[in-house]
Amino acid sequence: MSEDKLFTVSIYTENNIGLLNRISAIFQRRHINIESINSSASEIDGVTRWTILVNMTEDQMKKIIGQIERQVEVIKAYYHTDEETIYQESCLFKIKSDLLFEEPQIQNIIKLSNARIVTVNKKFFVLEKSGRRNEIELLHRELSVFGIMQFVRSGRIAVTKDEMKITEMLAAFNN
Amino acid sequence: MIMQETLTIKQKQYLEQPKVRISGSEAIVRCLLAEGVDVLYGYPGGAIMPVYDELYKYQDKIHHVLTRHEQGATHSAQGYARISGKVGVAMATSGPGATNLITGIADAQIDSTPIVCITGQVASHLLGSDAFQETDIIGISTPVTKWNHQVTRASEIPEVIAKAFYIAKSGRPGPVLIDITKDAQFEEFDFQYKKCTGVRSYIPVPKTDESSLIAAAELINNAKKPMIVWGQGVILGKAEEELKAVMEKAGIPSAWTIMGASAIPTSHPLNIGMVGMHGNYAPNVLTNQCDVLIAIGMRFDDRVTGKLDEYATQAKIIHFEIDPAEIDKNVKTDVAVLGDSKENLSKLLPLLNPNSHPKWLQKFKDLYAIEFEKVIKNDLHPTKEGLTMGEVLKEINIQSKGQAAIVSDVGQHQMIACRYAEFNVSKSNITSGGLGTMGFALPAAIGAKMAAPERDVVAIIGDGGYQMTIQELGTIFQTKVPVKIVVLNNEFLGMVRQWQQLFFDKRYASTEMTNPDFVAIAKGYYVDAKKVTKREELASAVKEMMQSKEAYFLEVCVEKEDNVFPMVPSGASVSDIRLE
Repeated sequence: MSEDKLFTVSIYTENNIGLLNRISAIFQRRHINIESINSSASEIDGVTRWTILVNMTEDQMKKIIGQIERQVEVIKAYYHTDEETIYQESCLFKIKSDLLFEEPQIQNIIKLSNARIVTVNKKFFVLEKSGRRNEIELLHRELSVFGIMQFVRSGRIAVTKDEMKITEMLAAFNN
Repeated sequence: MIMQETLTIKQKQYLEQPKVRISGSEAIVRCLLAEGVDVLYGYPGGAIMPVYDELYKYQDKIHHVLTRHEQGATHSAQGYARISGKVGVAMATSGPGATNLITGIADAQIDSTPIVCITGQVASHLLGSDAFQETDIIGISTPVTKWNHQVTRASEIPEVIAKAFYIAKSGRPGPVLIDITKDAQFEEFDFQYKKCTGVRSYIPVPKTDESSLIAAAELINNAKKPMIVWGQGVILGKAEEELKAVMEKAGIPSAWTIMGASAIPTSHPLNIGMVGMHGNYAPNVLTNQCDVLIAIGMRFDDRVTGKLDEYATQAKIIHFEIDPAEIDKNVKTDVAVLGDSKENLSKLLPLLNPNSHPKWLQKFKDLYAIEFEKVIKNDLHPTKEGLTMGEVLKEINIQSKGQAAIVSDVGQHQMIACRYAEFNVSKSNITSGGLGTMGFALPAAIGAKMAAPERDVVAIIGDGGYQMTIQELGTIFQTKVPVKIVVLNNEFLGMVRQWQQLFFDKRYASTEMTNPDFVAIAKGYYVDAKKVTKREELASAVKEMMQSKEAYFLEVCVEKEDNVFPMVPSGASVSDIRLE
């Protein structure tokens, strides 16, 4: 038996109500936990792009891609390993403003981590950081020593190193 | 607004068509007529009333059959679709009406049956407010539909219904549900109808790689012990003649799954019977001896393969299939031929060398002789006192001359019906294969008989399943549809009892049934009825039933604790099939 691996699933779909349900049900039915899921516009007008992070064997992954592509409103689905994609996550920290002045180390952490201050007011400031999961986790560890009021991290978004050719596929339908 | 300059000629012609201002509900009926629907099955209620009002006005053009339960409506639509190859239509109101459709929809999904279900929904401003009879039927039906969609504006109706019919019947068929809010049914708009010919995100038939056909032909031409297993894909793809030509030219012994039954006549010399849990002995055993296994329009269901690790591991596997998701899903293939079965089998034919495999075919005949001695003889020509299910099927074969469509329910009688019914016409075995839905047969028989009034339609049902949809006798009485109903009564949930006997030390937990007077119930619905308890009464009773011009109910009291054999115990390899 092959081992579980982390896969980034990219799905191009029509922008219709109910697709989230239809796609997530494919994983749920097979008792598979979704690590993260993101839905956004894609490079094509009116086409939605989903980025789903899952852990499973490649054999399982292939079957699931088949099941996803079977859905009428799915244009195309792909799966990739980390090496085949450029990927990022994004996070926000809400931290007491006092700390910024009382704990000089925080300023160093911000600088070294390439995080960005989004806003500052008397009560709190908000820090934004994009990067790999481990960079975000490191920053989280470093800041939690001082106390974090709120923390949130986005799902993974990824672009692939190879071409997707969705535009060509859609053009072929129109002709 | 659409830019006029960017329109194609077809789109321009469409926009220039005369429009009529009608309500959404009238549009629904007109869409159904445009799709060639002449009969639909359903049950009215609050949220679908505007459509029923239109059905009343159009009753000379479209026949609405009032079933006695919405589940019956879906099964009738399935029966209609399965015997005709056309799309069956079911209609229900919101809430419980819609949820009652789900069993039939799930059945149609797993058995790839084209049906369109239309449900009413509360007015759009009430969505999500827990209004009376509101339920999220789109959410509920999503995992069991090929496609579903909610309509909240009348102007969406023509396009969505056109798409529904296109999606239901194209490619690998399946069920589609359209949920239409009540305000959209009342709203007036300028109606135009255009059939759907494509959806850009949907490829119904994948392109065939010509090299896969060449590779398949090479494997077949070099095979010493080839075997075909065909499934419903042959029937759905109308590829019966093409399959027969391939079988005959290459001389390949060919078996069928339960869903593929009747595609090739039972009596064909190369038809070697059914595979699977209660299939025939020879094709199951020899699955593990063939050198090339050619699967055509089937999906390697676990009831077909038994233990996967020990399924045809010695053979090269060729898989003809329309749904790419089925390739390598359960059994790894050596050659996958994607695409339409009719087209691909006709392209395969000229690539095949004329051949025959008499020694190999003889092996099937030898094993059949063993099965006959151990099982079939006792099923069809019993010497014991009690009636067997098999002899009832034999009698139906004799009386119908193998021309009847057999609609079976789920359980022991289903396996017996599929094993022993003689088929000479395709689309003659209508049964719930994938979902195993008890209660399927009676309403499905209604739909089948309506779609094919010229054919004899015989429902074979157990005493358990019969009571799950027995109320459809009311539909039969009201519509006068002349279906023949045979209940094989063993006063048990026989298949479960068989498992309890074999695997649970005869602990018959909740499988014994105390049954009502079925004849009295049938007569209560004014359906002619008879009960047979003795062998000498059987032939004349079956004859009387088959000759009746009206609906007829026949109860046959069979041996209580008979088992269905052969049997591949669950988790066992197909070649470990048991004869007793």
